[in-house]
Amino acid sequence: MTVLQRLHLDKPFFYGVLVLTTLSLLILYSAGAGETRVAVGQGLRFVAGFAVMLLVAQIPPYQLARWSLHIYLIGLTLLVLVLVVGASGRGAQRWIDLGLFNFQPSEIMKLAIPMALAGYLSRRPLPPPLPVVAVAGALILTPTLLIVRQPDLGTAVLVMMAGLFTLFLAGMRWRVIIAMLATVAALIPMAWTYLHDYQKQRILTLFSPDADPLGTGYHIIQSMIAVGSGGLYGKGWFNSSQTQLEYLPESSTDFVFAVFAEEFGLIGILVIFAAYLFVVLRGFTIAFHAQDSYARLLAGSLTLTFFLYFFVNIGMVTGILPVVGVPLPMISYGGSSLVTLMAAFGILMSIQTHRKILQA
Amino acid sequence: MLDIPLKDYFRETRVFTSRLTIAIVVVLLMTLTLVARLVYLQVINHRHFATLSQENRINTRPIPPVRGRIFDRNGLVLAENLPVFTLEIIPEQVADMNALLEQLAGIVQLRAPDIEDFEKQLRRRPGFESLTLRTHLNDEEAARIAVNRPYLDGVELQARLQRYYPLGGLGVHAVGYVGRIDESELGRIDRSVYRGTQHIGKLGIEQRYEDLLLGGVGIEKVEANAYGRALRTMERIAPDAGQNLYLNLDADLQATAEKALIGRRGSVIALEPATGNVLVFASMPTYDPNPFVNGIDPDSYRLLLEDPDKPLINRAVNGQYAPGSTIKPFLALAAMQVADFDPTETVMCPGWFRLPGSRRRFRDWKKYGHGKVDLHEAVVQSCDVFFYKLAVRLGIDYMHDFLSSFGFGIRTGIDMIGESKGLMPSPEWKRARGEVWYPGETVVTGIGQGPVLVTPLQLATAVNTLANRGTKLRPRMLRSIEDPKTKVLQQTVPERIGEIKVTDAHDWDKLTASMIDVVHGEKGTARRIGWNAEYKIAGKTGTSQVVAQDEAYDEESTPERLRDHALFIAFAPADDPQIAVAVVVENGGHGSSAAAPIARELLDAYLLPSKMNTTASSAHDATGD
Repeated sequence: MTVLQRLHLDKPFFYGVLVLTTLSLLILYSAGAGETRVAVGQGLRFVAGFAVMLLVAQIPPYQLARWSLHIYLIGLTLLVLVLVVGASGRGAQRWIDLGLFNFQPSEIMKLAIPMALAGYLSRRPLPPPLPVVAVAGALILTPTLLIVRQPDLGTAVLVMMAGLFTLFLAGMRWRVIIAMLATVAALIPMAWTYLHDYQKQRILTLFSPDADPLGTGYHIIQSMIAVGSGGLYGKGWFNSSQTQLEYLPESSTDFVFAVFAEEFGLIGILVIFAAYLFVVLRGFTIAFHAQDSYARLLAGSLTLTFFLYFFVNIGMVTGILPVVGVPLPMISYGGSSLVTLMAAFGILMSIQTHRKILQA
Repeated sequence: MLDIPLKDYFRETRVFTSRLTIAIVVVLLMTLTLVARLVYLQVINHRHFATLSQENRINTRPIPPVRGRIFDRNGLVLAENLPVFTLEIIPEQVADMNALLEQLAGIVQLRAPDIEDFEKQLRRRPGFESLTLRTHLNDEEAARIAVNRPYLDGVELQARLQRYYPLGGLGVHAVGYVGRIDESELGRIDRSVYRGTQHIGKLGIEQRYEDLLLGGVGIEKVEANAYGRALRTMERIAPDAGQNLYLNLDADLQATAEKALIGRRGSVIALEPATGNVLVFASMPTYDPNPFVNGIDPDSYRLLLEDPDKPLINRAVNGQYAPGSTIKPFLALAAMQVADFDPTETVMCPGWFRLPGSRRRFRDWKKYGHGKVDLHEAVVQSCDVFFYKLAVRLGIDYMHDFLSSFGFGIRTGIDMIGESKGLMPSPEWKRARGEVWYPGETVVTGIGQGPVLVTPLQLATAVNTLANRGTKLRPRMLRSIEDPKTKVLQQTVPERIGEIKVTDAHDWDKLTASMIDVVHGEKGTARRIGWNAEYKIAGKTGTSQVVAQDEAYDEESTPERLRDHALFIAFAPADDPQIAVAVVVENGGHGSSAAAPIARELLDAYLLPSKMNTTASSAHDATGD
């Protein structure tokens, strides 16, 4: 047995993650305008993240299945708590101040929802009959609505999607899926009136960023300029003028992809896309090979969620999705989402490495 | 049957596998969407975004050119540019303008007008440019700003060149001044030419030759960050300095004229007969143009506006006066052109004249008359009755046409903006106004009264034509243009605009002889200035009525503002004219006593320079600006 196997780490997945980590540090070093502060900070977070991954990878899936509901309930409690005592920041209550660091309960839900759903669904015959779907729906909607209340629409939608992916993979009937989509479509006009002004603005900006180029459209215009000016080959490492001259906001967090696109061009982007697709497809392979419903539902939905983050972030940076504040997974600067992500990877590692392989 | 859920492992696996396959297909399709979007941004629209990025990065800043300097004919500086420290603000970089202004007020002196002016600029500024808050910071203030600079975002301390008129009010009506570009000018000018330039010529030469003085704007391409802070210069195209202008004006002579007019209102014009060059262009009182450069404060401006002496009026080209008896030499020449006119024929002057069939008496300035006078004596003694009769004989149409040929009622075309036309009346002119020409108006035209009006410049130009024996030259301020780089001087050439033909060339001699006797003759009206002159002066006095007078007019008892204007025209030396002069002293009384001595002083200064030691700078002190 190799070292990785001994540590319950999946070799291809581990290397894929390592490649993304390296890319992240490279690009954050540049986005930090040559200052090592950001890159070193993120490096330390990666160390913590890998530790979490390693830790989670040791927990066998059946154990996770057993804890699923508890984790879910803890998460739900925390979500209620954050609405009551949570610290406010930028007009939203998302954090609980733990003294040492701020803690976002919604991060837990990113894992807890697929875990709880996989746990619930895997004990029922699949494809799930309608009552089961209804219960699952309630499991999804309760935390979703709590997160909407914070308000953090972006995370709410992503958390909900993680649950829906689980349902989808479990084989939820197409007609139910279609009915759901129809309901969502019907609810959109109604939901619009519940949106905060800034949320409406973000969505409107998507359709006409030039309407207010120095206001709400600024992010997206500067981001598109960065991406577009990168061209096929990019301007080269450290040569992102949009970033170095501070035109691009949030250049090391949500809009880090724009820096990458400007410096490395389409060629560089295809490399980074390949790395992401490799990790995603490896995740799917793990799901495919998983030996029980819980494991494969969880593996599948975590992988899909990972891809969704990637898609939403890049869609947002390139101006085809509204600016919802979703970081680019593994690359963006930031702590708590990285820890969640690494925990998810740990789960995938665990699923892959705890299989009972029949020895010939 | 118990409702125990049965799990069908193979079915679940099959369903899961198919769903996973769908997921993979969707993932690949979505990735392709992103790739397509990126191809659209980075390949198809690359050029567009690259341009935008470049525009973001490169900030093109105008470098204002150095305005051309203005000199007098001897190279004395009339307008120059001096470096001054200015305190400027780039509004884009200021988060809280009020707080900043408050902060600055603690560092340098800021007066209310400074702030008002700044706020006015703020409201109408033409895009991204720095605005001037204060000029002329002293060294200490500049140092304090420099020290506090890191805490003052958006504040710039600039060493700018500022227009300065070292002679103050001397020749202000000729040179004019520059001032801040105002809204009406903003709409008229080519803004690209004025990028970075805050001033424009408002009056005088500064206004007339704005195009030569301005120069060409330079450009500096700097890399700037999102906050407009310049990081480094990429490219620099130096501005082209404006052309230096040399005027025909003689600052010393100008000073002499202005000094002679101190405490009075009036104008002196001196021309060079051979060229039409303007040697003196004086309008008094003057005012200091320097405060106008950065916007004069409203209180000082109101003082100037409300000054009863009206210093802001350019009397040289906008003051319009009845020429009075200075019209007589021209009418004398007109008479000589009439075929059956005998210059030796005498007229009995009893001190008054009456049109046949009219009871109105036209008085002579000499109560009991000049006795028998011929044309020569009529000019010398300025006999009104002779010219009343002559006017009736010549008729208004002839007088109108002849005087018009000397430029009466016609703009001289001097290279200044806003010259007044004067007025040479005629029956047609009255008809156009729906009025009737009265015979009496013909009579008074003979002595330069009635509706006829001339500007001092017109009068000087007409005298210049007399001195030139009929050759008409356009009066000209600009002497030469100097290229600031090559130092090559481009001289302007005299512009002949016509020739007055007389039937006998001796007419000029006869007229000159009469005008000489005005100054040097025993009975000449200006004999007081002639008896001790070292050269011959050909002149003519004039007194123009401000209010209609009857027999009771007494100069001493009439309020000063209602007293007659004093005029004098002259050229000298009479046999070889070097200078032609027109002097107008508002409410000065008699031309002989108020205007002629000023002309004499000027002629002496010009023709006998060794005896004079008046300098422009001493006159500058005397005007006490």
